[in-house]
Amino acid sequence: MTATAAPPRVEPGAQPPVAPREATPRAVWAALVVVAWVVVWAVTKGTDTLARPIRERTDLMDRLSGFRDDVIASRDTNPIIKFTYALGDKFVSAVDWLQRMVSEPNFPRPVPELGWLGVTAVAVWIALAVAGWRIAVLVAASFVSFGLLGFWSDAMDLLIVTFVSVAIVVVIGMPLAVWIATSRRADRVVTVFLDLAQTMPTFVYLLPIVLFFGIGASGAVVCTLIYALPPLIRIAGHGIRSVSPTTIEATDSAGQTFLQRLFKVQLPMARSTIVVGLNQSIMAALSMATLASYVDGPGLGKPVLNALTRVDIGGAFVPGMLIVVMAIMLDRTVTAASQRRDVAAHGEGWSTRTRRIVLAVTGVAVLVCIYESRQALWAAQFPENQSGRWVADRVNSLTGWVVDTIGGFTEGVKNLVSSVLIDPLQSLLAESPWWLAAVAILALAWVFGRSRAIVPTVVCLVGIRLLDFWHDAMVTLTMTLVGTALVMVLAVVFGVWMARSRRVDLLIRPLLDAGQTIPPFVYLIPVLALFGPTRFTAIVAGIVYAAPAAIKLLADGVKNVSPTTVEASRSTGATTWQEITKVQLPMARGAIVLAANQGLLYVLAMVVIGGLVGAGALGYDVVLGFSRSEEWGRGAAAGVTIVLLGVMIDRITRAAADYQPQTAATRPGRLAARNRAGAATVG
Amino acid sequence: MNRKRGAGLLGAAAVAAMVLAGCGDSSIDKETKANEDQQASSGDCGEVNMAVNPWVGYEADAYVYGAVAEQEFGCKMNYKELKEDVSWQGFGTGEVDTVIEDWGHPDLEKKFFADQGDGSASNVGSLGAEGIIGWYVPPWLAKEHPDILDYNNLNKYAKDFATSETGSKGQFLGADPSYVQFDEAIISNLGLDFQVVFSGSEAASITAFQKAEKDHTFLIGYFYEPQWLFADIDLQRVALPPYTDGCQDDPAKVACDYPTTDLQKVAATKWLDEGGPAQDLFKKFSWTNDDQNVVAKYISEDKMSPEDAAAKWVADNQDKVDAWLS
Repeated sequence: MTATAAPPRVEPGAQPPVAPREATPRAVWAALVVVAWVVVWAVTKGTDTLARPIRERTDLMDRLSGFRDDVIASRDTNPIIKFTYALGDKFVSAVDWLQRMVSEPNFPRPVPELGWLGVTAVAVWIALAVAGWRIAVLVAASFVSFGLLGFWSDAMDLLIVTFVSVAIVVVIGMPLAVWIATSRRADRVVTVFLDLAQTMPTFVYLLPIVLFFGIGASGAVVCTLIYALPPLIRIAGHGIRSVSPTTIEATDSAGQTFLQRLFKVQLPMARSTIVVGLNQSIMAALSMATLASYVDGPGLGKPVLNALTRVDIGGAFVPGMLIVVMAIMLDRTVTAASQRRDVAAHGEGWSTRTRRIVLAVTGVAVLVCIYESRQALWAAQFPENQSGRWVADRVNSLTGWVVDTIGGFTEGVKNLVSSVLIDPLQSLLAESPWWLAAVAILALAWVFGRSRAIVPTVVCLVGIRLLDFWHDAMVTLTMTLVGTALVMVLAVVFGVWMARSRRVDLLIRPLLDAGQTIPPFVYLIPVLALFGPTRFTAIVAGIVYAAPAAIKLLADGVKNVSPTTVEASRSTGATTWQEITKVQLPMARGAIVLAANQGLLYVLAMVVIGGLVGAGALGYDVVLGFSRSEEWGRGAAAGVTIVLLGVMIDRITRAAADYQPQTAATRPGRLAARNRAGAATVG
Repeated sequence: MNRKRGAGLLGAAAVAAMVLAGCGDSSIDKETKANEDQQASSGDCGEVNMAVNPWVGYEADAYVYGAVAEQEFGCKMNYKELKEDVSWQGFGTGEVDTVIEDWGHPDLEKKFFADQGDGSASNVGSLGAEGIIGWYVPPWLAKEHPDILDYNNLNKYAKDFATSETGSKGQFLGADPSYVQFDEAIISNLGLDFQVVFSGSEAASITAFQKAEKDHTFLIGYFYEPQWLFADIDLQRVALPPYTDGCQDDPAKVACDYPTTDLQKVAATKWLDEGGPAQDLFKKFSWTNDDQNVVAKYISEDKMSPEDAAAKWVADNQDKVDAWLS
């Protein structure tokens, strides 16, 4: 990332002390562009909109489908397909072997080799050994909850897929992390691919992955792998790069080789950052669970999707919550494990000797449990019970009650937002002639980000135009913008509130964590029951998905505003309202822009899901392409269009964030990347 | 330290010995033996990879077939939840052996049937159940405005069907994109003042119809039988110009109703050629819409697991099952 490409602006005054003001604020220029746009739109509206009937295909789409057909036709002879299928087979046999060990009957045995009691005992013992007794209790409770709620084998399957994928992520990711940390050029090249992988909606991965790796465990492992790789590379790379140069120089002077430096200095010193990256990768892997089950991937996503086919919200909620439980369990375990050495260094916790004794004694108990779980049916198969169904029924009646009670009200909200926000904006974006919308977007990109924003914007707009999805892209952009606007309202309200009150923060943060971990599919159906199959339903789903990340970013940003500045304003007698609007928010401007950037990308990522609930546009194109063989090319082209849209939005907002007469000109961009990697999860 | 650890180990070992002594005979060993015996006596049926496409009626077919195959021949069923397109791709790679309820996919047939494509898939004949696709309205609407059941009168009501998505036009609720549908063409070719909003999934369509019936709101959309929802809400079909042979050949010019589809069973050619009890059962498996709706209702309304629902139906309908086995 270069320093701001825009020429340094000539500031008439000296360095502005607080919120910097520009000569002609960008807002004024932006308003001028919009006014001009509306004027031209009024006379040209409805012409050249490039709207097409949903089932009309272009040559390009048919060529893409043709490519797919060729791949299928050649799959017995094509060396690449043979290779990918062989690789897929390896994943399948690894997963299959693990399944027969812990989750599926190993025929002719009626049960897996290791029953639930043995598996739980082993897991708890490992937690005890690496992370202490508190975590061991947490792990025990989590494992028992998997069985108690009736999803033992699905939960084990999810653990297996996560384990296999993350193991491969580490093998591929760590060398790449070292590479980007030690070479600037590598950093630039790899970052492009990481951006791409993180902007592309996960649903879009599935099309090519099924084609090259087949369905089931292999497809699931590959898509999870791709999704979980970027966080580790980014964060570990950052950690290695941040090792203090003085330390490296000092040890270099002792004449060490590259490998010595890497293994003796850089990796150990970056250890805690690397663990954070690993943790983020695990969380990303878990969030792929529901999506992977679209291609018959094993795991907790399966019962989620299954229940949704039957419109059984409670039935989807229970396995959905167990995914959250697993995320919390793994997150806390990995975090605690990474901190254990520090805890021990401070002389806290057990002495080495006590630890050894405890581990030895419990180790024997584990062996007993293992033996028992191989011999007795009750310890091998989790005893059947109806508690899962009981919870599901309660959730169903609760949602039923909520929908009945506030159904009329939400209908009104939907109609209001649709007519006041969505329809006018969609009319401006999608009913403008395509050239007008393109010029207007370019002008806005220039206003906000100057030359850094303009180049990517041109490339993306040209791409969208060539892929022939202009109209659908504009409708999707409308939904994304409206969704983000609403996310930002929530982010400002809750972010400021959280930043100003510790108690509110403690109360809200767990809710945000859950919002980020629950598979979006789970809340899609209740949202659907409230708002019907509409664009607004997709927007609401996008808000639920994006708001937690944005709120957290904003809360942290406001919290980081220097206390002395706040004190100073208070001493001048500013009211709370003035303090927030005149000091805290303007000074947290970087965080706000970052939150908006993340909000946009997250909402856009949910837009594909919106295709499943009547939102149409690009989301529907992707779903259609995934569902009907002859529309494969459309799905692929629509997927690429979403990526282009995402890249464009990301580049404009990032350039806008960097383009400020502030000191830390380059920071928001890097921060954006890091937070994107991190934001997917529990903080 | 060593002494203490040794004492701990000893104690634990003593506990372990006591526990192990308590359960000498293992139920698992017995069952393993039983499984081995059954495998030896019934011959090796092997595994059946059954694609399960995403609607409940299909699940009913698949699990009833699976229940009989497991019970009678000791086959191991692998149920794979997949959309149609992906399922058919699996025929050639051995990942999928059977698709039990096919509503007609000319494009896939062209790629995978022997006379037109690579021959990895074969038609195994009729499922017995009939697919009925059409335009439906909730029963309250048909009762209050009986003339709505004729497409000629739809324009009169177009305004009532309008929603936040369609502005002044009436909304027509499309379906899951994987289903066979020509609604946009039908609407434009019949000059109807409606706009299609694609629900995007079966769940979305069902939720919309349930909501419309409960709140008495206007709704018209694509729907189909067999389908468990009919046990719950008796949706009324809107008459379109009758189907004639060839009236759907050009997707852009369709202006007629949907035909009744004789649902088909499809299987991987390789798997069929192996021959065996599972294959024979697959060829003979046949049942009616009512049969399927019963099982589908067990699953979706009564929240039974598909396995339990299938087992219940098999137990209640031994005569029908016997016919498949003869």
